[in-house]
Formats: sequence, structure tokens, C-alpha cells
Amino acid sequence: MQGLHKEWEAEAAPRTCAIEDYQGAAARWCPGCGDHAVLNAVQRLARDKQLPPEKTVCVSGIGCSSRFPHYMATYGFHGLHGRAFPVACGVRSRRPDLHMFVVTGDGDCCAIGTAHWIHTIRYNMDLTILLLDNNIYGLTKNQTSPTTRTGEKSNTHPRGNVLPPLNPLSVTLGVTNASFVAQTVDWNPPHLYNTIRAAYEHKGTSFVRILQRCPHFTSHIFAEAQSDMSQCLLLLDDNGIPLDPALQRLFPNRAAHNPHDLANARAVATREDVYPVGLLYRDENAARYDRQTSQGLGRSQAEKIAATEKWLSKYEI
Amino acid sequence: MSTSTIDADIATPASAVQIVDQHIVEIVSDSGEGAQTCGQMFADLCARNGNGIWTVEIIPAEIEPPSRSRAGASGNRIRLGSKPVTNAGDCADIVVALNEQVLYSRIDAGALRPGTTVFVDKTWAESPDDDIRRRYAEAISDFNARSYFVVESPIEAECRKHTDDPKKGKNMWVLGLLCAIYDLDRSSVGANIAKRFAKKGEAVIQKNLALFTDGYDWALAHVQQRYRIPAQKHTQPMVVMNGNQAIGLGIMAAGIEVCSMYPITPATSASHFLAQALQDAGGFVHQAEDEIAAIGFAIGASYAGKTAVTITSGPGLALKTEFLGYAVMAEVPLVIVVVQRGGPSTGLPTKIEQGDLLAALYASPGDSPKIIIAPATIEECFHFMITARKLAEEFRGPVMVLSDANLATGQQPFPKPQLQTDWLAAPVDQAAWDQSVPPFAWDAETGLSKRPLPGQRGGEYVLTGLAHDEESHVAYESAINQKTMEMRSRKLAVLQSALQPPKVHGDPEGDLLVIGWGSTLGCIEEAVDQLRAEGKRVSSVHLRFLSPMEPGLKQIFQKFRRVMTVEVNYSDPVGAPYITAESRRYSQLAQLLRSQTLVDIDCWGQVPGSPIPPSKIAAELRRRLDTFAKEN
Repeated sequence: MQGLHKEWEAEAAPRTCAIEDYQGAAARWCPGCGDHAVLNAVQRLARDKQLPPEKTVCVSGIGCSSRFPHYMATYGFHGLHGRAFPVACGVRSRRPDLHMFVVTGDGDCCAIGTAHWIHTIRYNMDLTILLLDNNIYGLTKNQTSPTTRTGEKSNTHPRGNVLPPLNPLSVTLGVTNASFVAQTVDWNPPHLYNTIRAAYEHKGTSFVRILQRCPHFTSHIFAEAQSDMSQCLLLLDDNGIPLDPALQRLFPNRAAHNPHDLANARAVATREDVYPVGLLYRDENAARYDRQTSQGLGRSQAEKIAATEKWLSKYEI
Repeated sequence: MSTSTIDADIATPASAVQIVDQHIVEIVSDSGEGAQTCGQMFADLCARNGNGIWTVEIIPAEIEPPSRSRAGASGNRIRLGSKPVTNAGDCADIVVALNEQVLYSRIDAGALRPGTTVFVDKTWAESPDDDIRRRYAEAISDFNARSYFVVESPIEAECRKHTDDPKKGKNMWVLGLLCAIYDLDRSSVGANIAKRFAKKGEAVIQKNLALFTDGYDWALAHVQQRYRIPAQKHTQPMVVMNGNQAIGLGIMAAGIEVCSMYPITPATSASHFLAQALQDAGGFVHQAEDEIAAIGFAIGASYAGKTAVTITSGPGLALKTEFLGYAVMAEVPLVIVVVQRGGPSTGLPTKIEQGDLLAALYASPGDSPKIIIAPATIEECFHFMITARKLAEEFRGPVMVLSDANLATGQQPFPKPQLQTDWLAAPVDQAAWDQSVPPFAWDAETGLSKRPLPGQRGGEYVLTGLAHDEESHVAYESAINQKTMEMRSRKLAVLQSALQPPKVHGDPEGDLLVIGWGSTLGCIEEAVDQLRAEGKRVSSVHLRFLSPMEPGLKQIFQKFRRVMTVEVNYSDPVGAPYITAESRRYSQLAQLLRSQTLVDIDCWGQVPGSPIPPSKIAAELRRRLDTFAKEN
């Protein structure tokens, strides 16, 4: 507040953040890219939750989707290809006060960053991971990704991908200590928003795979699903992703699914006839590594010196 | 030196105690027989007594190697002196071997010389196993042929008087033997044993005391050689530890709260220490899923708070290089400790080499100027961690600390540091950030800038490894790239301007100047002192800062007719096939010094996997001086 005495600031009108307060540089993704929808949803969520921008950190790797932090007006960390997860874990380790989003793509997470993906799920620190999965490498111009379907042609497989795609949901559900696994689609903004919101509210690592189109290289892959809602299977439960009943009815295929049922979550995750959308799995009691790493925060300098002196003295002769 | 095998039972009792300046003792056994404990206790007693010491662990590569095998030797080397001891020295004066086979590993390592006194357990001569008896007899005759002074000692038989399990008791008996040989006061040792075994109860204490006393008395009755190494009581509190423990304590003293690592030899023991201690100071050790994640985690922690540390060795450094470049580009304060081992590739995991200097300096793609410092002593391992954290923050970027396996496992006493509040990292600043100050407000002169931390209102920015402008916005424009490269590089020049020229050991001018870095300090200076005592005009300089280097080097070099480095890394030997003045590859520091000073600096780079002992360095320096004399 300009002109106001510093000390009075706290007593001035309570701070309200508008959507603009979360908007960074103008997004430079291609028109029609699914990333825009995710960005809008996260900015809305930040506004709705009134997250202080200075207390919010978006961490990403490299790829189209990893430009995400630049388009937020919060703190951000645009890192290295595949390495968003260890950075995010490092940030979280000593900063339980921050609100954290990790944005990654199918190449970033499921190829070059696979080791970190597995272990970050296991660490279960409080992170909201958004996997923006468009089945292709976009930034480097049309190469096969681990989630590219069999037969899809790309610059690296001009005669078509020979391997079946990796399933990020079943991989994540296979990791010990997974605590929140959901799937949503970029073309259904209410479900997208509600899923990210539930993921944010979950305490622990929430993993959200977002199916989305790359208008440039994979515009065809979800085109049918977009026009034909029956290709999705909406997962419903009181503990699942809430969705307005009117919107629920737009999904011809709906199924009750208890997100605490890991076996069924794995079964649903591997269905090939439909795209399951909703919360597949949640375990509120999974061990949280960040509870350990932040335990010693707030020691005074005198306490630190005393502790070091204690250890130093063990070596005294 | 005449050779004779002394049957200990008929050896004459000790006569006079000989006064010596320094001695080297080794104790070797099968793994699990406690030679390490014995060595540590003996070293500890000598250090308390006021002797200078340097100890080195002798470690087998396997956890439980087969007994009575060359590869299985486990134990300690202890060099003791009247003055502070700076290195492990040359050949041993006394070796105690609990079996004859483990001694061979020390012979293979060049640790013995003709005349070395060897105490070997003669229990093997009476083994029911024909093969063991035969091998023992062969070895003893071989030891005699090698001109060692062999004392076959009834170690196991004596221990059986006090314990049914002599394998667990021989080390205390040997401690008694050594304390008698070195004329140490037995009552103070007794108190030490009582303290060490206090938790195990009175019976254990008594048994160990009995073993110790038996060893002591046996030596008095049977061993001719007895020595005293005059000591001076310390006037200030002293600590004894190895380099990795010193690094760990330095990390705590620097107020670093996050140590992120992945297990790798020989760096890991620093993390073992911290895994126990750091949480008492409010921090923790993160064992990451791999080396890349270890540095990524540390960078994340540093970005959002206090400077973190990651600790690794050569192969781990190779994996970390992409993130290392990121820390340079995005100017993230970070401390990276590299405890060097033998390379390339997995190389010699437990052995000594100084082969990662150029990897540390150049491993990242593009121009990635970073600060590199190298401690030369155990004490510096402690203090350099405090320096490293401060430099990382002041110069906003990674600081690499190059230690090595020699420092990591060597132990040396040094004055106990007086811990200070200003060594500790400042609390994480969460005050509002002046919005008019961009996240990279590079000072046009120095390139220095201050960083906002998440939580600081008004400082919101996005860190990136892409080329960026002051606002941290991605910027590919030529002028911005040129300027920002200059800013990051300038910081090193600014740091150099704050450094002092290195001190010259010896005269400031002469025929030959030897330059070293890292753990070779003690060996080089001892060699130089030997030559100076012979009247040779040799001096040495030891660098602690490797990037940027300490200033004034060229001026120092110009006062000497020849300049050369001595390094424990590879250089092509002059005169080898195909090796010409054009093709010869120089040792790593020599390469850097040649390019920076345009002085024709020679080098002697060796990769024995162990420290180069002072006598070998001295011999090479003599050879060089002779060659120069002939050339002129």
C-alpha cells in the first residue's frame, strides 16, 4: 500500500488476491494447447484458496508444459529435463509453509525423470504433481514419448511406434506409499479444476495425470474422446472428485469406485476400453517424508552451536 | 642390516630406551580382529601424550574377506613424531601382523623396508593344518630374505591365558606391546581402556586390562627395541578426527542444515557422521535415489532457504554436472564436496588420487565459472566448509570443495575450533522484498547480486537455467547473453582480488619451485625440507584456491629457475614412446598453471593409488635438479 506507514500495513484492508495477481508472463503455448486449460485452473484455484503469491512455488522440468512457472506470478523454478521432482522435494523439505505445484510432461516425468517420479511418489511429501500428458514430445518437435500409442508416427518412429505405451497411472499405483492418484482431461474444465483442487487439498504427494491434446502433433489422439463422452468412465465416490450432478450426467459411463480400494484402482487404471477420470486412489495415512525433514526447523543459533560442540567434544583428546 | 629371526622367548630384555624424532607403526590383521581399534587407541594415547600423529586406515575392499589372505588386511598405520605430523610418511619402522599373510598386502604396498621390525603371531607355526604351517614357514623365511627384523611372538598363546576367544583379545595385547615399546605410561592407558569398555561391564574391562598388561610385560621381558618420541603437552584443547568427520563437523559449524547425498566411496563416511549428528543441530541427511537427485534436492533446498550441501566422489560428480551447470547459470548457492578417488570411470574406489580437478572445473557444458577450493589438512577440511558456505552465499553460486581419500581416512590432531555464531548461516529472510530490485540486480562492477527467497513478498520470480535477464525472464538476445556471461565470470575475478598470494615454503627464490594442492601438502613440504637440509635451493607453494587461483603466482614463479607441480594424477612421462613436447599430457594443475601464467611449468604426476611418500618426492626432485645442472 503506497504511502502507508510500514507498520500500519498489516492493519490495512485485508489482502485479497485477484486472478491477475497469479498471472505471470503471457503464455506462449500454441493456440488450442491443453496447457492453457491447466494454467487457468491452477490460477483459479490459487485465487479461490487465496494463496499468497509469495508463498506459492511452481516447480517444473523441461518441455512445453514445463514453461508453466513463467506464466504464474508466484515463485517458480524452471529446472532441468526430468528433474523437477528432486528440486521440489528439496524445496519442500524445509518449507512446510509453501504451497507447491510440480508441473511435468510425459517425456519429463515418464522418460528422463522416471527414477525421480518413482521415488517422489514413495517420499510422499506434500506436493501437487500435474502430469500434462499429450503423448508426444512437443518442444523438441514430434518425437515418440513413453505414452505414445502403438503405431503412432513421429519423427523418431516415422514407420510408427512399435511399443505399447507406458501407463502412468498403473506405474504410480504400483509404487509403495502412493497416496493420491487421479486422472482428468483438459477438455472438461470443471472436472479438471475439481481434480486439481482435490489434489491440492490432499496432504501428501498427489499425482494427477491430465490427458490433453497437442494441437500441433497429436490433435487426433483424444479428438474422439472429446466429442464422445462415452469414451470416459467417470469414477464417483463421496471421497472422490466432486462434480456437479448436472455435469456428471454428461458422462454416459459412470462407476462407483472407492478410492481406498487399491486393487480396484489398479484394475480401473489398466482398462483400455475407456479413459477412467476421477480419483483412483487415496491413502491419507501414507507415511510423509517431509514430516521428518522439517522436524528440526526453528532451532536457535545457540542450540545449533551447543549441538555441534557436543559432537566436536567427542573428538577431543 | 643383518637378518635374524628372533625367537622371542630367548630374546634379551630391553636395555636403553632410544630417543627418536618420529616412527611409523602398522598393525594389520584379518578383518574383525580389532587391529583398527588397537591402532586408534594407540594413536589416541600418543596424541594425548602430546605427540604429533597421522593415522591411516588400512581397509580391505570387501566387508568380510577370507581370513589369512593378502587382500583381507585390515588395520592402521600410525606415524608419530615429536612435532606435528603432516603425512603418513615412508616405510614402517614396526609392523605387528596377526598372521603372516596379511603382512604381504603391506609388502605389496611398499610399506616395509629392509630392517623393518615385524612382530608376527607364531601361533600359526603350530597349526594343525599342514598347509597353514607350510605357508607360515615359507613366509618367515621370505621375510628374513627380505631383511626384515622378524620377531615371532606368542600372541595367541599369551592371550589364551586370559580369554577363550583370543581372536577378540589380541588387539589389546598388541596395544600393551606397543605401549611398552614406546615407553608410554601404563597407568594412563589402563584408565583409557576402562573408559572405552565402560558400557560392556567390569568383567570385560578386567579381561582387556589383563590382556594389555600381559602384552606390556611380555614386551618388557622379551623385546630389545624400545623407543621414546619426546612429546610436548598440548597447551590448548585438541581434537583428533579424520577428514570426512572434519567435513561433517564443518558442515554443522557452518549452520548447513541439509546434506543430500547418494552412497559412494570414499565420500560416504562424511554422511555417516552427519546422519548421526546433524539432526541434533536441526538438520537432516537426505539419501537420494541417485546422484542427480542428490544435487537436485540440495539445489531445491538452497533455492528456498539456507545453502545446502551435497557430498560425492568422482563418478557421482560426473552425474551431477548438469545440475552443477544449473547452479552456476541460475546462481544458486550450493556447497559440493568431492572426496576424490582413483579414476577414470569407477577406477580405484578406495584409493587416493587428485584426478578430479579438471572435471570439477570443466565438467559442465558451456562456460560455467565456479569456485573451487581444496583443503590440504584435516583441520582445513573443517574450516573450509565454513568458508565454502560463506562464499556460496556471497558469490551466489556453487562452491566445490575437493578433498580426497587420503584426507578422508587420515587422522590428525588439531586445535579444537571455538565455534562461533557468525560461522552459522543466517536465518531464512522472510521480510518483504523491495519490488524495484530485480532478482538478478547484477552490480555492473562485480556481478554480485542478492537473491529473493520464496516467502519474501514482492520478490516473486522464476528461476531458470535458460539464458535470462535481470528479471530472470528468458532472454535469448545476444547482448543480454554476452553481458550475463560476463557478470557470472566477473565474480571469480572479484573473489581473486580479495585473496592473498600464497606463502612460499622455503626461500622466495631458488632453483626449483614445487607447486602442490590438496592432501599432498605434508609430503611435499617434508621432501622440500629434506632437500633444503642438503643445501638444495628448493621451495614449495601449496594452493588452496583453484578457481579462482590465488593471485601473484607468476611473480612468485619468476623468482625460480624451474617450476613444477607434484600431483597424484596422471601425466605422460617424458621420454616414453611417442611422447614429445607436443604430445605430452600434463598433470591437471600444471595444465591450468601453464595456461594462466604462460610459464613453462613442468610436472610430476603419479597415480600409485596411495600418497606419494616424501622420500619418493625428494628422490624425484633430486633427479630433476641433477638434470638441470647437467643441462646448464
